[in-house]
Amino acid sequence: MKPSPFAYHRPTTVDEAMDVLGELGSDAKILAGGQSLLPLLSMRLAAPAHIIDINRLSELAGAKVGDDGVRVAAIVRQATVEHDRDATAAVPLLGQALAHVAHPVIRNRGTVVGSLAHADPSAELPAVLALLGGTLTLASRAGRRTVAAREFYLGPLETVLHPDELVLEAFFPRAPRGSGTAFVELARRHGDYAMCGVAALVRLDEAGSVQDARAAYISVAPVPLVIDLTAPVAGQQASAADWRAAGDIARDQVEPDGDIHATAAYRRHLTGVLTARALAEAADDARRVRAAA
Amino acid sequence: MTASDVSPDATYDILLRVNGVPRPVSVTSRRLLSDCIRHDLGLTGTHVGCEHGVCGCCTILLDGAPVRSCLLLAVSVDGQDLTTVEGCANPDGSLRPVQQAFRECHGLQCGFCTPGFVTTATAFLAQHPDPTRAEVVAAISGNLCRCTGYQNIISSVMCAAELIRQTDTDAVIEP
Amino acid sequence: MTTRMIGERVLRSEDARLLTGQGRYVDDIGNGALEAAFVRSPHAHARVVDIDVTGALDVDGVVAVYTHEDLPPGLAGPLPLLIPHPALTQPRTAHPLVRDEINHLGEAILMVVATDRYVAEDACDRIVVTYEQLPPVVGIPAARDGGDLVHPDVPGNIAAHLVQEVGDARTAIAAAPHRLELDLAVERSASMPLEGRGVHARWDADDDSLRVYSSTQTSTSVRAALAAALELPLGKVEVIAPDVGGGFGVKIMHPWPEEVLVAWAARNLGLPVKWTEDRREHFIASAHERGQLQHVSVGFDDDGRLLGLDVTFWHDNGAYTPYGIIVPIITATQLLGPYKPGAYRVEFTSLYTNTVIVTPYRGAGRPQGVFAMERTMDAIAAHLGIDRVAVRTVNFIQPDEMPYDHQLLFQDGRPLIYDSGDFPASLAKVLALVGWDDFEAYRREARVQGRRVGIGIACYVEGTGVGPYEGAHVHVETTGRVNVATGLTSQGQGHQTMLAQIAADELGVPLDRVFVTTGDTRRFGYAVGTFASRTAVMSGNAVALAAGKVRAKAKRIAGEALEVDPSDLEIVDGNVRVKGDPAASIPLATVAVLSNPLRYAFDLASQQATQFAVGDMTGPPVRAGEEPGLEGTDYYSPIRSTFANGMHAAVVETDPDTAEIRVLRYCVVHDCGTLVNPLLVEGQIHGGVAQGVAGALYERMVYDEAGQLLNASFMDFLMPYATEVPRVEIDHLETPSPLNPLGVKGAGEAGVIPGMAVIAAAIEDAEGIPITRMPISPSELYELRTSEDRENAPVARCDDGASCHRSRYGGAGEDGSDADQR
Repeated sequence: MKPSPFAYHRPTTVDEAMDVLGELGSDAKILAGGQSLLPLLSMRLAAPAHIIDINRLSELAGAKVGDDGVRVAAIVRQATVEHDRDATAAVPLLGQALAHVAHPVIRNRGTVVGSLAHADPSAELPAVLALLGGTLTLASRAGRRTVAAREFYLGPLETVLHPDELVLEAFFPRAPRGSGTAFVELARRHGDYAMCGVAALVRLDEAGSVQDARAAYISVAPVPLVIDLTAPVAGQQASAADWRAAGDIARDQVEPDGDIHATAAYRRHLTGVLTARALAEAADDARRVRAAA
Repeated sequence: MTASDVSPDATYDILLRVNGVPRPVSVTSRRLLSDCIRHDLGLTGTHVGCEHGVCGCCTILLDGAPVRSCLLLAVSVDGQDLTTVEGCANPDGSLRPVQQAFRECHGLQCGFCTPGFVTTATAFLAQHPDPTRAEVVAAISGNLCRCTGYQNIISSVMCAAELIRQTDTDAVIEP
Repeated sequence: MTTRMIGERVLRSEDARLLTGQGRYVDDIGNGALEAAFVRSPHAHARVVDIDVTGALDVDGVVAVYTHEDLPPGLAGPLPLLIPHPALTQPRTAHPLVRDEINHLGEAILMVVATDRYVAEDACDRIVVTYEQLPPVVGIPAARDGGDLVHPDVPGNIAAHLVQEVGDARTAIAAAPHRLELDLAVERSASMPLEGRGVHARWDADDDSLRVYSSTQTSTSVRAALAAALELPLGKVEVIAPDVGGGFGVKIMHPWPEEVLVAWAARNLGLPVKWTEDRREHFIASAHERGQLQHVSVGFDDDGRLLGLDVTFWHDNGAYTPYGIIVPIITATQLLGPYKPGAYRVEFTSLYTNTVIVTPYRGAGRPQGVFAMERTMDAIAAHLGIDRVAVRTVNFIQPDEMPYDHQLLFQDGRPLIYDSGDFPASLAKVLALVGWDDFEAYRREARVQGRRVGIGIACYVEGTGVGPYEGAHVHVETTGRVNVATGLTSQGQGHQTMLAQIAADELGVPLDRVFVTTGDTRRFGYAVGTFASRTAVMSGNAVALAAGKVRAKAKRIAGEALEVDPSDLEIVDGNVRVKGDPAASIPLATVAVLSNPLRYAFDLASQQATQFAVGDMTGPPVRAGEEPGLEGTDYYSPIRSTFANGMHAAVVETDPDTAEIRVLRYCVVHDCGTLVNPLLVEGQIHGGVAQGVAGALYERMVYDEAGQLLNASFMDFLMPYATEVPRVEIDHLETPSPLNPLGVKGAGEAGVIPGMAVIAAAIEDAEGIPITRMPISPSELYELRTSEDRENAPVARCDDGASCHRSRYGGAGEDGSDADQR
């Protein structure tokens, strides 16, 4: 399986990339990590006339940790962030989720921003961005705009990105004080796309009771679905909260599709089960953080 | 020349540093790195099992980190350092600890997936010289093998760690 | 100093080469050859109405485009039917390129030859084929219905129908104190070696000869098939199996359309041509196996003793039957396992469907048979409320009943007679290994922790070493190097090492002087192939016999040279010497020189040999009936197959919430007779178990109703990684076969055979739900748990067939998806 011919461009500055992308628009595809794009090219499921390789845009090679969160530029590899202690300390959910993304060898090349832009409903990182209320900075010759995660995703593999736009960076905000997070998913094999996955955040007060519980879902909705699950557990002690009730609420809100790996009913069931597990883990994480502080 | 004028048939003269040796090669933009290594550079030790990045037979080291060569365009890694299975042996062709361990523990049968495991294990042990069995399983769990059922591959990597310690050898030859 | 090699865990001579990237697989050979690609049907059932190749001819680098019309008479007809059988009344085979009717997704319609594969695929993209679609027949129920036909002249889609019986099972069942009926299903899977198929062909115009490298399990048969198809003398065709990256059965099928077409193109064009199958092609154009529906009716007494067993099954053979009906015949006969069935009746119908052909995959029908038998045993135990081990024990053939004649015909057309085996001993070993007696205590402990565990057991018998023969040639060169050649092939089993061990022992030479070649028709011309776990039995014994001939000749010649009786000689470490007087010796290398009464002394060895005189001046230098050289050829041809056996036990845990299934322990007791190299045998078992677990929990081919293969990639056909395969604990029993001098039985397929049965048993034990269909996924277990109608519990499928977005790479026949993806 070999790709169809394409014209190749490799800009060395962001401005150059903007110019090329501006000229070619939807005739071009961006090549960053290529871990999703290359199989599509080889199978000839995609046959763009142009490929714009952004891997030499050194301006976009950094991950910056600040008081507000972590900014990851376009060509930062997933493995780089996964092993960046400062970044995963600032936003632990990033590290928790990245451990589930494909396999380490794929993460050596795949990029954080690339996964966010690809918008696969089974991808972990879009759910992380959505749960944390993160944003993406898009740029074209016309200028830049910042889009919130909840507005960025339109459908499976579909986003608000214009054909002449490039995602420059993603911003993952720190979770509020007292928060703990977790990422739980179930796949058929280690490293496979999940049948159901849950990114969870639980915030506790000084006394250890639940103030906030929410979760974002993968593989059970066309876009990352964020659900507020505080109601059934508000004010309860984290160690004894009714996570199952929260799970039931989530289960009743999702409308997954079935496929050859899992029926819709099973995915819905998993939503309930994994929500309870993820929230409990997030609560444990919150207590650990509090104890360490 | 504008972007639209660039031809899909253009060839690019690139320089890859492969197993420490500079290798100039001329490729089209769509030439997969796996095909470039195997057919343009004649290093057929790297194998192609699926061309969609799942099986791991094509795994090489790019600047020391394992990657799927079937998911890379050759032109995209111009100027970078590649290590293939051929580079995991000694310059005289004799076996280094990872390869020796695979032989001693019967970690290969048909040998088709083996280069991917050798490169993956070599890089892994360089970063994790004293792994637990569970860590080894996690490290190799992105590579498929149809012959061995993995049991002896896991033993081979554990054994390689021990061999590296005993012989005080580097897992990888620095380019 | 003289270590016996047979039985030793000798490290492989193959490894150094393979570990340093010096393997020579077919795609590694012949850089610079032209490359072929194929236009393959996107439809499961259709007629070709028109082909327009004009777009392809404009592509730079295209050398030739071939359709069926371009083929010469020898290639224009259907490919051969390899194994006819009287019950196969409606055989059908494909044409190398589609002539008019397409019968499965992936059938080759055109071949393009170009300067490289990239260009060839570009050309294929530009070829426009117009189809008239026909109603596809997919799945056994649809085929059995017979409403739509795969082949218009095959009524009911029935390729074959066969009944075998011993005694009157139906009467016995009707009269039995207890009766049960079971309906079972095994889904389709595939060998899936990591190296796909490949062919590299070179025509030598100076010599009018053809050399073909093919990633095959049978180079001698490919040679014969190519010679016939291309109308070439056999002596002008050579076929070599180079390093092969796994076969597991799929590469025994021959000749593939691609083999004949690439060879023909090479000759036609006068240029080397190669074809390397890509993974998608392997899914849609090679072969699958396993798919069956089964109905069991059994009658038994209060102890669970079988009084009558009546099995009816339907076998999905795909679109064509080039390999005949070997697989269902094996199911029918090997189903019996280690048991006495009382009266036995087995009936199968082999059905056509518009899917890829079905040819043997490791186990070759045995896994399905064992599944039926072992589920039946467990069902009997459950029905009577007795121990599953007790039911099996009471039905075992006892060791003192060997040889045991089932009065049926086996796959080799010979009587199904078990030659050896001690089933009670094997069973005792596996029960001890898994700790069967301690399991209930373990289960109670687990329950207290909220965990759900179960244990299963499964027994099988495997006919191995199927004939008709294999041969070997052993040749001692004047340097002392020993060349061994056998015609069958290798795909990673370590034959070069294992056969060298046998030769070294039989000949009395150090192992490192022995060099084995397999699968090269230039080196050995008569062979059958590598399949049916037959190498150690067939080639192993042939090597032993051939080496024995060389040993005898060496002793005769050395006896003349040393002036002693040959019976006073022994060969140790490559020296022929007088027993008890090691100083009186001649190196085998020198004997090799002496064996060839040449006039000229080419080398040091020849010069040194002149000190010895052999022969006498009263007769010719090469006596009547003798030949020059220290070599021997012999063949091993058994009266019938040997029968290995094994028993597996597995402990599984199921998650009460997620229905995940984890294999906690997997125990194997295995009897393959004499073990030539235990290290290699264990490796074979590990690999087989991985495929058995995969067949139980992960692997299925998913065709939709239109005959589109929905999971034609490694993303969605779930071969296990290291994380999915349990540790395998092995214990051996060795009951040597009395049928061959080495006492070996086969080992290649053992690991996979009872996989589905043992895991189904363990899950059922954990859950208390009958498991009648394999493979099973967590989703399916969940549906079984929650479904009131368990027979029709939902199996995971796309809600909306072809447009299912989760099939990331589409079905293999789909058009490209929306280009706005990133």
